[in-house]
Amino acid sequence: MSNPWRDDFPILKQRVNDERLAYLDNAATSQKPQAVIDTVTHFYEHDNANVHRGVHTLAERSTSRYEEARRKVQQFIHAQRSDEIIFTKGCTDSLNLVTSTYGNQVIHAGDEIVITIMEHHSNLIPWQQLAKQKGAKLKYIDIDENGQLKMDQAARLITDRTKIVAVTHISNVLGTVNPIQQLAAIAHQHHAVIVVDGAQAVAHLPVNVQELGADFYAFSGHKMLSPTGIGVLYGRHNLLAKMTPYQYGGEMIAEVHQQESTWAEPPFRFEAGTQNIAGAIGLGAAIDYLNQVGMDKIQHHEQEMVKDLLPRIVKMPGVTVYGPHDADKHTGVIAFNIDGIHPHDVATALDMDGVAVRAGHHCAQPLMERLGVPATVRASLAFYNDQQDIDQLLAAIQDTKEFFKHGTR
Amino acid sequence: MGLDKLRNLYQAVILDHANHPRNKHKLTNPTTTMTVHNPTCGDTINLQVQVKNNRLADIAFTGSGCSISQASASMMTEAVKGKSTQEAQQMAKTFSDMAIGKYHYQKDLKKLGDAQVLINIMQFPARIKCATISWWALERALAKEDQTGEQRSK
Ligand SMILES: Cc1ncc(COP(=O)(O)O)c(C=O)c1O
Repeated sequence: MSNPWRDDFPILKQRVNDERLAYLDNAATSQKPQAVIDTVTHFYEHDNANVHRGVHTLAERSTSRYEEARRKVQQFIHAQRSDEIIFTKGCTDSLNLVTSTYGNQVIHAGDEIVITIMEHHSNLIPWQQLAKQKGAKLKYIDIDENGQLKMDQAARLITDRTKIVAVTHISNVLGTVNPIQQLAAIAHQHHAVIVVDGAQAVAHLPVNVQELGADFYAFSGHKMLSPTGIGVLYGRHNLLAKMTPYQYGGEMIAEVHQQESTWAEPPFRFEAGTQNIAGAIGLGAAIDYLNQVGMDKIQHHEQEMVKDLLPRIVKMPGVTVYGPHDADKHTGVIAFNIDGIHPHDVATALDMDGVAVRAGHHCAQPLMERLGVPATVRASLAFYNDQQDIDQLLAAIQDTKEFFKHGTR
Repeated sequence: MGLDKLRNLYQAVILDHANHPRNKHKLTNPTTTMTVHNPTCGDTINLQVQVKNNRLADIAFTGSGCSISQASASMMTEAVKGKSTQEAQQMAKTFSDMAIGKYHYQKDLKKLGDAQVLINIMQFPARIKCATISWWALERALAKEDQTGEQRSK
């Protein structure tokens, strides 16, 4: 499993704590290839101007590059139209946009919202608070012992009272890929819409929002090689067209009078104020890079790494791995604990061996409660990881076990 | 390997306190109870104090967390038990100054007993909170004690 892409990421060339850096915290954020860094720098050095506002040459250039980025996103996730792509600050912002516009419009007292127990807080709290405000009911689809959604329960929970189903495409803890197509079909049977959190999916497998049947699809740029502060909300055009604005201000209006205003068409209705222009252009460059590598190839390479890593880590004595143990059902997000050692102590120990992982509740406290653990360690792969990263992780886990062999609690 | 550096943080005395925490139980007659959480990692310290004549006659904790937070709580309770509440407050300040690398007097540091080995925590910024959470619980417990103590004597 040699890796031709690792060298494209300048940050990975450094040593950390005098060790080779094995960056395995990709679920938190991805690293950026030189091509993205160069594109953003080039934009600020040559093309920077505000978009949709000027008639001068630079404004024309930045506007066309910003809109070009929108079309790249459209093609990347296979949306039908480019005006179905709204630029946001990130996945959290995208999900809050849906809740406070569409959610606020369609949810009434007695309605039901169905989510899952594995949701990240950003696809949980907005719905929880909306349900509370409106007197609606929030229901959770549970997981089985393999960390997979109980689909029979989903079929029972989603009824004609359900207005919205919100679910993550890939769990940021369990590494499971949820059956979005099936859930979308159930939701649509009951005339509900499905909101999909794609934060952990877009950089790891080919996404086709039309085939998935997603009505809304949210993700962050920074988890897919782009700068922070840029994200996307995809929404079906017929839904967006009926939605009220998210924020008010410049760029989102049709006409403004002293006492009345009317709104621009989507996507501009939802992009109030000056946007993260360089971020959007950086996202466009990231998509070019991902397309050049090929999403199929990325998925395949990551799956090969999981096939090597998962059975080896599952077999280690005293190590508990969460989520499915079958490598075919598990993406490169691998949460685990070592008996008798707190995840934070593990993460500090791994860091001393140059291995960057995350420890904590991963913004999924209800899931942690469901698993019966306060926290876990999480190693998460990207296509620029290689065999050496995996071997380094496993050796560091072994080191950690030996260092704390008398336990820490 | 990097484990030599790890020994800087996890010294024998810290591992000993983590594995065999002192004063980890519930008090029968606490005058004040204080629970604090570290929301970033889910650590919880439940601290109980028994104050008599402005002295920490007894102190104990329960809760769960990483080895640093558990060891720190154990060392903290050992260091302050029997001290006056004023002294204990001063020690809490010395500890937090030490943890963030602020200036502190050597003689104040000595008073902390085993807890002073946590000075190396400065080199691990992500773990400073783990070490300070129990001292923070102490400060809050004493502040609460001040208020309720005044009411009791009224
Ligand atoms: C599944 C999932 N949803 C949503 C988010 C939120 O993304 P962001 O913090 O970029 O808004 C994350 C990021 O941690 C995530 O893993």
